[in-house]
Amino acid sequence: MSGVAAINLVENALLVSIQDDVTDTDIIELQDTLSQRIALEENIRGVVLDISALEIVDTFVGRVIAQLAGIARLLDAQTFVVGMRPAVAVTLVELGMYLPESRTALSLTHALAQLKRG
Amino acid sequence: MRLHSSSVAERGRDLLRLPLKTNRDVVAARQAVARELKARGARPIRVTRFATAVSEIARNTVLHGGGGSFAVFLDPASGYLMVECRDAGEGIADLDRAMTDGYSTGGSMGRGLGGAKRLADRFEIETGPGKGTRVILGARL
Ligand SMILES: Nc1ncnc2c1ncn2[C@@H]1O[C@H](COP(=O)(O)OP(=O)(O)O)[C@@H](O)[C@H]1O
Ligand SMILES: [Mg+2]
Repeated sequence: MSGVAAINLVENALLVSIQDDVTDTDIIELQDTLSQRIALEENIRGVVLDISALEIVDTFVGRVIAQLAGIARLLDAQTFVVGMRPAVAVTLVELGMYLPESRTALSLTHALAQLKRG
Repeated sequence: MRLHSSSVAERGRDLLRLPLKTNRDVVAARQAVARELKARGARPIRVTRFATAVSEIARNTVLHGGGGSFAVFLDPASGYLMVECRDAGEGIADLDRAMTDGYSTGGSMGRGLGGAKRLADRFEIETGPGKGTRVILGARL
């Protein structure tokens, strides 16, 4: 899958870095892959999406992230979005996009620490 | 044919022209625009806002318009960096409705047109049933 770096399992979380050239197809594939892994593998408590490479998050990518967080939650896992650039945050607000089920964290370390606390 | 806002920009020389047929073309288009803006010293917030608007409109060209083309040019009068996305698809019958946040015929967010209008410094659209769709976006430099 291009547009997305490898998925790594760290402690009890699946970690993925999304690349700036991510296409709609890539992000849908990622949503599928992650949902399946959460459902099938035991002990996965969280998904951490590193979006620090993303210069933009538009309504499509925003919706897929929000849906993924919703699916993960149904499967008893939390989704963290880390590394959102300030410009991206401002733009999402202007688009009227919210990522309700996901939690944002400033860094990977913060996300993992929060997951540990439960 | 309806014009949603003022007059359509007078066209300078194209800096860039790309096809808009696939998902990958949408990425290429918004990345090209980001490069052009950065090369002209635009700040990250302006680059992100405008590239996001371009991504929304270019995706519409591919998804709703059945594919089309993308061009970047400078407007000689204002000096704005301009983008044109056009297609020869079915066009939009009720433009006011399509511009409303939350309205989509594709089961998606329905925030692309309205969002792009808010994010760009200039927004013009020409469309009509059977007439295709042409959207022009402008970024102040
Ligand atoms: N290039 C186009 N050709 C035909 N219809 C379009 C085009 N762009 C937008 N539309 C129509 O306007 C609606 C709203 O567009 P938009 O705000 O981007 O939301 P979305 O793409 O999520 O549906 C679309 O659902 C579609 O019906
Ligand atoms: Mg759209």
